[in-house]
Amino acid sequence: MTVTDSHRSAPATPVFPQDRTCPYDPPPAYPELAAQGPLSRMSLYDGREVWFVTGHAEARALLADPRLSSDRHRPEFPVVLPAAEKQAETDPVPLVSVDDPEHARQRRMLIRYFSHKRITALRPFIQSTVDRLIDAMLAAGNEAELVSAFALPVPSMVICELLGVPYADHDFFEGCSRRLLSAGTSDEVIAARDELLDYLGGLVDEGRAAEGGLLAEVAAEHIATGGTDREELRNIALILLVAGHETTANMISLGTYVLLRHPEQLAALRADPALLPGAVEELLRHLSIADGMVRLATEDIEIAGHTIRAGEGVLFPTSVINRDATVYEDPDRLDVRRTARHHVAFGHGVHQCLGQNLARAEMEIAFSALLTRIPGLRLAVAPEEVSFKPGTTIQGLYTLPVAW
Amino acid sequence: MRVSIDSSVCIGSGMCALTAPSVFDQDDEGYGTVRPGRADGAGDPLVKEAVRACPVQAVRLDED
Repeated sequence: MTVTDSHRSAPATPVFPQDRTCPYDPPPAYPELAAQGPLSRMSLYDGREVWFVTGHAEARALLADPRLSSDRHRPEFPVVLPAAEKQAETDPVPLVSVDDPEHARQRRMLIRYFSHKRITALRPFIQSTVDRLIDAMLAAGNEAELVSAFALPVPSMVICELLGVPYADHDFFEGCSRRLLSAGTSDEVIAARDELLDYLGGLVDEGRAAEGGLLAEVAAEHIATGGTDREELRNIALILLVAGHETTANMISLGTYVLLRHPEQLAALRADPALLPGAVEELLRHLSIADGMVRLATEDIEIAGHTIRAGEGVLFPTSVINRDATVYEDPDRLDVRRTARHHVAFGHGVHQCLGQNLARAEMEIAFSALLTRIPGLRLAVAPEEVSFKPGTTIQGLYTLPVAW
Repeated sequence: MRVSIDSSVCIGSGMCALTAPSVFDQDDEGYGTVRPGRADGAGDPLVKEAVRACPVQAVRLDED
């Protein structure tokens, strides 16, 4: 099938992405499609039809299948948002939008910085960061806006530490990150991105990155040997910042919101902190904030009685994949006691989230501190007044007013 | 039963060590390893879950 053939002028199927009507449940059209079978059809904004994979087993098999490409520079790669067309014209995004063997080369340079041992060593830093932020919230009164006071600064400070951004530059770095990740106009976002890239390149060139951090170590080990170069390394640093920032922040704020709306689950967690690691998995499954991974088939693939043709696009809505009733009992129910393993909230296959164990540690420490240090935590507004993000981005809350 | 990790396939996700920490670990580079003396699976039922959890099917389980 050619690209032209797959474009339809009047789509009969829903258009991806759809907005959620509840910030922690899938958009209503997704489960309706899932009811048709593990694979169905979905339209994109430009009228192109793509596969919509909602079955858990099928999604895991396909996400691990090298015949599906992540290379968004391929001319047939599905474009989900009009803005993504512009982005595709600029530099390649390391890791995320490249295929093996290029992807494997980039990832291998970074794996050790995200191992369980490294993350365990980072835990005291994460804990002190979280404690300091909560101290400041408590000192300022009996209410706060949790996204800006807590959920965003936690991953921001942690990524600075991991990359080795000098402490004196944290304010500048965080300011740029905020502007980059804000839903501002594309010119502002591009300006912030360029400012950050200049800064990151300067850190690498001038050897100013903190010793022991990822930037200094990867530069020392891999630039001289030709394993990477300044240009690639600063792009890698930028994608680590972006990928690790908003996702974790959204999980912390939306996770807090969903727990506050399920007081019996919150009480269970407070009563038994040993439930926390499992609760983090359940929140990852239940919230599925990265709700729509995109791939391109490079060869014909037979699956579940369907043939995905070379050149066709494939979408993975994690919010419904992670609620497959053949895998998770009563899947729409939030249950911090369930065994939520094998969810695809971090993806599956070679592109599975590099920072997943860091994210787990950040969430565990953040939720634990919020629950134990602010026992009276509650929403400061009616639940339906909390504004949440549209389907075009990572799912989460814009603000979360809380009080205690 | 014999447990092994195909290091040419492993992407260092750490899912094996997260799922069945009594049997799996990560080396200094971050790649998955089988703990010394645990290649028989140590009777841990979570080994099968670790096989399933691996995002790239690098964990092999050979029944005797």
